[in-house]
Amino acid sequence: MATTQSRTLAKMMLLPSVTLLLAWMIVPLCMTLYFSFLDYNLLMPGENEFIGFLNYEFFLTDPAFIESFFNTLLLVGGVLFITIGGGIGLAILLDQAIWGRNYVRIMVLAPFFVMPTVSALVWKNMFMNPVNGLFAHFAEFLGVAPIDFFAELPLLSIIIIVSWQWLPFATLILLTAIQSLDREQLEAADLDGAGPFSKFTYIVLPHLSRAVTAVILIETIFLLSIFAEILVTTSGGPGYSSTNITYLIYTQSLLQFDVGGGSAGGIVAVIIANIVAIFLMRLIGKNLEG
Amino acid sequence: MAINHSNKSKLVYTLLAWGISGMLFFPILWTILTSFKTEVEAIASSPSLFMFSWTLENYSDVLARSPYFNHFWNSVVVSFGSSLLGLLIAVPAAWSMAFVQTKRTKNLLMWMLSTKMLPPVGVLIPIYLMFRDFGLLDTKLGLVIVMTLINLPIMVWMLYTYFREIPHEILEAARMDGAGIKEEIFHVLLPIALPGIASTLLLNVILAWNEAFWTLILTAANAAPLTAFIASYSSPEGLFYAKLSAASVMAIVPILILGWFSQKQLVRGLSFGAVK
Repeated sequence: MATTQSRTLAKMMLLPSVTLLLAWMIVPLCMTLYFSFLDYNLLMPGENEFIGFLNYEFFLTDPAFIESFFNTLLLVGGVLFITIGGGIGLAILLDQAIWGRNYVRIMVLAPFFVMPTVSALVWKNMFMNPVNGLFAHFAEFLGVAPIDFFAELPLLSIIIIVSWQWLPFATLILLTAIQSLDREQLEAADLDGAGPFSKFTYIVLPHLSRAVTAVILIETIFLLSIFAEILVTTSGGPGYSSTNITYLIYTQSLLQFDVGGGSAGGIVAVIIANIVAIFLMRLIGKNLEG
Repeated sequence: MAINHSNKSKLVYTLLAWGISGMLFFPILWTILTSFKTEVEAIASSPSLFMFSWTLENYSDVLARSPYFNHFWNSVVVSFGSSLLGLLIAVPAAWSMAFVQTKRTKNLLMWMLSTKMLPPVGVLIPIYLMFRDFGLLDTKLGLVIVMTLINLPIMVWMLYTYFREIPHEILEAARMDGAGIKEEIFHVLLPIALPGIASTLLLNVILAWNEAFWTLILTAANAAPLTAFIASYSSPEGLFYAKLSAASVMAIVPILILGWFSQKQLVRGLSFGAVK
């Protein structure tokens, strides 16, 4: 069926996508790599001397990097923990026979479609504000001191907001996976007298493992690059206490105009993302064969 | 007895599910309600859920005080523009990979996926400098280009998973009947592929509408879409809760409605076909 003519046509149809993605990925990445070896600051136009790995040395030994590296880990880990734990629970619940399931689904899913700047500002002002926020009113009602979320618990506050945004995604993927579970297997377990706990541990959880892995990897890709939520709430502060690597590189590149240092940081971020990506590609690659 | 028992557990599960989903939805509901309150009522220390004097003042204020429609139009142009342009590039590629499979197809798909995993900070500086030099900063065209490129891998993948499900026999049958390549594409393939193409378009419009890294970095007053416009409420305007709410509602409602239609596509698109 595939004649030489149709093969050539097929190649030509691939060409635009491949060329554009190649240009988008390789050209800027090479430029970043090149800049990362230069002493290059937009505020100090000069020779842009080649300085070897000095930018990397400065970036990696900067206490701000160490702090934002751990913040990134906490942010990604915290959100994954909440969304996967909550997502499994919600998916199992939504899989039961309930009245008005479609409405419930719509409500659960809604936060995913709210743009990051809106969700961050709504949570920051209307819920977490220490004077006028709903949580402060509630604390007042209970007679306890309200929490100043973004001053006292900046990173946790961002974790809460981002988890709210990503819980729907985890739930939806896990629910789709649960619905493909073989019901006869569960019925057989029922007949053998298995309780809900052992059914969950020995049947549901193993069945979900693939979907859970997919959620972990996909969310990690997006969560490593959290930016807007930090920009509009804490701007990374107080100090660096809610700065992640993405935000750190942004401040270094576009607020301090340190092209060399920011580029070195960018390359470090690419390496970190690559480690995650390799696992994700393996998972999806397996799926392609099936 | 058995029916009675299952009805009871159904009631418990229903209440639980409604309770939890209600809590998750509450911030959105609260924003919608607050957008109809006066500023005084919006910060009242014993806030009322429904019993307040409803007003449309905030909406007219937001529309009067800020170039809201300008930002809305930017969002529309950028999200639909980049999605349509993306389709134009992605459809041929996905079609070719789905129907003329070679040894390299799988590697090519994986490579496209890998470009999606490139963190934006890895290319931030060169893109910013190139945009500055080409006069693309704060332009809709610049944003359309970036959005098209960052969503292209998702588009190719989604379309590929849809096209792969189209049986080859249909094409062969059409060829037997003497259909040329044009008829084949427009009368046979397109009608079958249309639902998949529409879903891909829908999901990408949503993703582009909500994208908030490049929009915040590459735009200022002129080309700022709604994501960047709302960010201007971070302080001190954000303390005007009712107006913040009205602006937020206007920014999210169109996409909330589109989003509810695209639940299934969301799973397929964002998991790159790993979960269907």
